[in-house]
Amino acid sequence: MSANSQLVTIKGTRDGLTLWLNDQCSYDSILQELEEKLSVNGVDDDQPMIRVTIQLGNRFLTDDQQDKLREIVREKQKLVVEKIESNVMTKDEALSWKENTEITPITKTVRSGQVVEIKGDLLLLGDVNPGGKVVASGNIFILGHLRGIAHAGASGNEGAVIAASYMKPNQLRIGSQISRAPDQDSDGLYIECGYVDEKNEAIRIAPLQEVMKQKPDLVSFERRMLNG
Amino acid sequence: MGEAIVITSGKGGVGKTTTTANLGTALALQNKKVCLVDTDIGLRNLDVVMGLENRIIYDIVDVVEERCKTKQALITDKRFDCLHLLPAAQTSDKTSVTPEAVKQIIDELKQEYDYIIIDCPAGIEQGYKNAVAGADKAVVVTTPEKSSVRDADRIIGLLEQEDLEPPKLVINRIRSHMMKSGEMMDVDDIVQILSIDLLGIVVDDDAVIKGSNSGEPVALSPDTKSSLAYRNIARRILGESVPLLNLEEEPGLLAKVKKFFGIRA
Repeated sequence: MSANSQLVTIKGTRDGLTLWLNDQCSYDSILQELEEKLSVNGVDDDQPMIRVTIQLGNRFLTDDQQDKLREIVREKQKLVVEKIESNVMTKDEALSWKENTEITPITKTVRSGQVVEIKGDLLLLGDVNPGGKVVASGNIFILGHLRGIAHAGASGNEGAVIAASYMKPNQLRIGSQISRAPDQDSDGLYIECGYVDEKNEAIRIAPLQEVMKQKPDLVSFERRMLNG
Repeated sequence: MGEAIVITSGKGGVGKTTTTANLGTALALQNKKVCLVDTDIGLRNLDVVMGLENRIIYDIVDVVEERCKTKQALITDKRFDCLHLLPAAQTSDKTSVTPEAVKQIIDELKQEYDYIIIDCPAGIEQGYKNAVAGADKAVVVTTPEKSSVRDADRIIGLLEQEDLEPPKLVINRIRSHMMKSGEMMDVDDIVQILSIDLLGIVVDDDAVIKGSNSGEPVALSPDTKSSLAYRNIARRILGESVPLLNLEEEPGLLAKVKKFFGIRA
């Protein structure tokens, strides 16, 4: 690697700037060059903020190092770091990805006062009775009657769904959204699916087939790669 | 070696004590050696329903605290020599006995009797834990009301954690006309939600209340529907296969005549 070659390449795209960082040199020399490069070009104050994507290539950075990188970019210009992408990740991260996308099958009746809490997707073979609760960080699929509370995407994933053979819940919760059953006594619905409507930011219920058309990558591992 | 059956419900007032008394009586009618144990310490009722209140000398707390032998505390029924009652204390509370102590008493009784029927207090606290400690089987009593079914569901969940056979269900105080009109949950709905085996159904009957008040359990009377229901439950506990009672009201004489002439009632 010659000393003259650029360690930081800046490219403009439709969505903003992309900073390509060389992944063979030391972290300190990247920081140094980044500071130099960014202090050269002056930008007018009245221009809007520019979004920046940083491509690390095959370099792994700890959270602290990433923060430092963000700080430098943010300080120098009217730039804001939108995301930092890297081809490498730690084993812990990879494991948590896997954990959060695995389907856990459970066979039981979740009765009043009982709580079933799992990471990833839940496949429940049995009923959730009124007063019972199932919680999953991913989707919830119930082969049985859902009469209690189901909370999908409990760690904040509002793309998660709740599907049940028979849907008559006390409450549906997805991410931070909550919806409850209507006050008048209504009949339950068969093979329905609850999801968060992006426009209304509210929980909707629709036949399972329709929701699955909207969310074809619902249960694949790749959806983590796509959604981050 | 007999078996111990706990009668429980979670909710109060659904008929645990009445069921205990009538089941005990019905089993005694079948010549089984039966001991009823009241674990509702502080709010004892079983002795009243059995009409044995004024014969109590020692109670379960006296046994636990070794003021008497277990045999001394047992009261023999007025009607059957094979039916006994171990009454609860009225002056102490539920914390005066431990699950271990109750288990020890039940184990001792199991040597002598065919069936030990344990009357459980309402709630899921100490009293419930005492009652289920020595039991081999459980019977959950519910009425066709939502609140009662909810509590039964909760209790079944708790019983699943104990080392017991899967509990059986008794649906009490059924009003057939309300079930038919849809104002009350029907038997199938309840069984579907609770998803346990149905042991029996008992209709709401004035004779049950009359029996409780007079200290003569209704199972003793030969001709009421509720009495027959309790005796059928006892037979099912003994392993017989008995069909459920028909909930339809017997048609009156007028209806029979109308039917005879082909007139729709």
